[in-house]
Amino acid sequence: MSQYAPIPKARPGKVERVPMPEQDPIERGRNFLEVPFGYTPEMAQVEASRCLECKDPSCVSGCPVGIDIRGFVVKIREGDFQGAVDIIKHDNALPAVCGRVCPQESQCEQVCIVGRKHTPVAIGRLERFAADWERAQGTVAIPRLAPATGRRVAVVGSGPAGLTVAGELALRGHTVTIFEALHKPGGVLMYGIPEFRLPKDIVEAEVDYVRKLGVEIIYNAVIGKMITVQELLEEEGFHAVFLGLGAGLPYFMNIPGENLNGVYSANEYLTRVNLMKAYDFPRADTPVRPGQKVAVFGGGNVAMDAARTALRMGAAEVSIIYRRSMEEMPARREEIHHAEEEGINMRLLCNPVNILGDEQGNVTGVTCLRMELGEPDASGRRRPVPVDGSEFVVEADTVVVAIGNGANPLLTEATPELKLNKWGNIVADDATGRTSMPGVYAGGDIVIGAATVILAMGAGKQAALAMHEELMAKEMN
Amino acid sequence: MNTIIRKTILTPGVKDLLVDAPRIARKRRAGQFIMLRVRPEGERIPLTIADADPEAGWIRLIFQEVGRSTVELGRLEEGDSILDLAGPLGRPTHIEERGTVVCVGGGIGTAPVHPIAKANKEAGNRVISIIGARSADLLIMEEEMGKVSDRLLVCTDDGSKGIKGFVTQVLQQLIDEGEPIKEVVAIGPVVMMRAVSEVTRPHAIPTVVSLNATMVDGTGMCGGCRVTVDGRSRFVCVDGPEFNGHAVDFGELLQRQRAYTEQERLAMAQDHVCHIGRDQ
Repeated sequence: MSQYAPIPKARPGKVERVPMPEQDPIERGRNFLEVPFGYTPEMAQVEASRCLECKDPSCVSGCPVGIDIRGFVVKIREGDFQGAVDIIKHDNALPAVCGRVCPQESQCEQVCIVGRKHTPVAIGRLERFAADWERAQGTVAIPRLAPATGRRVAVVGSGPAGLTVAGELALRGHTVTIFEALHKPGGVLMYGIPEFRLPKDIVEAEVDYVRKLGVEIIYNAVIGKMITVQELLEEEGFHAVFLGLGAGLPYFMNIPGENLNGVYSANEYLTRVNLMKAYDFPRADTPVRPGQKVAVFGGGNVAMDAARTALRMGAAEVSIIYRRSMEEMPARREEIHHAEEEGINMRLLCNPVNILGDEQGNVTGVTCLRMELGEPDASGRRRPVPVDGSEFVVEADTVVVAIGNGANPLLTEATPELKLNKWGNIVADDATGRTSMPGVYAGGDIVIGAATVILAMGAGKQAALAMHEELMAKEMN
Repeated sequence: MNTIIRKTILTPGVKDLLVDAPRIARKRRAGQFIMLRVRPEGERIPLTIADADPEAGWIRLIFQEVGRSTVELGRLEEGDSILDLAGPLGRPTHIEERGTVVCVGGGIGTAPVHPIAKANKEAGNRVISIIGARSADLLIMEEEMGKVSDRLLVCTDDGSKGIKGFVTQVLQQLIDEGEPIKEVVAIGPVVMMRAVSEVTRPHAIPTVVSLNATMVDGTGMCGGCRVTVDGRSRFVCVDGPEFNGHAVDFGELLQRQRAYTEQERLAMAQDHVCHIGRDQ
């Protein structure tokens, strides 16, 4: 089946990590096309040949969903790309997504043995290659499903956690229905992560794959409001429920001027552009204010996404305002690097204290304080301390607040049986996702707070296994 | 799903739809809203549910064509379906037996006030309703409001029907007459809700207003609908839509409602829909 001849293993350290071609930084700042182009088959095979093919591969333990990394990398080296995809899909229903947005450098690639002396094998790029290769063939293989068990599962939310649970349980023969509050599937993959980092047709394709496993998706279904969790179990005939609600309510700084026109949460800014296609206004109905000078508060991946989106929406000047230094920035190095390359201005050790506006209530600027780093705080990072008299103004007509999200109470306040922690996150068992409510599981950001796609998927996978066990142990009635 | 069962034109630019939505109809309580979208490139807009029949499975939406999305919605006919419809959202009105409750509806605001008046009546309250509009031809739901009110006062700015004057003047008169008002619920244009709140403030009459803010998702995720209440930022979609009128920063709300004036103009220009004479 393979069109490509196998190539031999490279001698350790003899072959450099194959760079992934990408769009020119200046050019791409004006379009929404994906930044990296991905490997060609030849590049993928060469990169795969760098793998030591360890007997006891440590990379696998670095993967939250436990993909047989060595297995699929070997298949790529051998030119058996379909074989590689099959191995990945055994553990991961969304490889094209994970190959793009997983922080591999702090997971599988961090523990890669090659990385001890050289650059680690580019596992993420290879995963992406395999998934893209399969999609390009136009024949996405659907694995054989286990015989129908007659058990019905409701999954609330179609983000990474929900899709993973749905996929895993469908493979095991359960009948799965996903309830999605928005009009499109994918959760943060669709509304949050921008097109240039994760093309939406790729998300659609991965969701389509989950649908082909027999999963039904109902849109515009706000659980907690339209149907309660209790009703799903008692009236709607579901035997178990998984809650993958996502993070929800955006945090604001609680500084003066935050309700001026032109101040957005990153959720709102990104949702307007990604989900509602504000870049296509007025052909699409949803507008976003076209900022010329945009200030983004925060130093995480979402801040980078918002800043790079603003640039593509036509901003002349985009700054990231972050109160610590580059070292403490929580964003992936790759994202920071891309943002800097594109000309995003990094205003480090700066803390916004006041947003300024004109008489019409439009943003005109941000007053900031310079900070210096003091003693380490509870997070272990050095605490930023304001420098007296260091106030200065950054001009801005648009401000995006990207400092994280709190738990959304919409479902939980309608579900008093669910135990919550003091931040409103659902309390769920680490290993199984089991909540305080019988038959109800939870995972992803609603449990652990804002984190990554792959951690949500990892939680989804664990929950799916526990749910499967409980469902099979249940007497059918 | 989401099929329009009946369409009525109430006044020029104000339409009344009965929409088949059994799940929402079953759960909905007075004061709640839905989010809807008319076409694949369409905006998500919030609309208060004006009424619902849980048995028959419909909800009723009354809206004024003020922008591109409401104009598109108004173009749908009986038998057509609304592309996306999600709800019921927001917190329901807090209804309890209190005595005399005054329900004030200004212009299109009479539509969302109607279910609240009805629920208050059902809870055993004495309901006095004041509905107002610029002129007689813009008045809506007079008969229906009459049915759920112990007393209905109608007023128009130009005096073409009922009392000549604003709803605030009628309310002031009720207060002056010594009506033992336990609560006022006011829904309408922001300036009207602000004016009503100022009328009741000196008398410390609890006043509830229902805010219509710009929203994207309607479920708490975007925070675009934030409003300052009691000096604190709140989300209209999950904390509201109803708030204490004496604590709302109406000036800020007015400003925020104008955030997209320029974009709305662009969108409407593209659609060639005449705006003249539309009650904003």
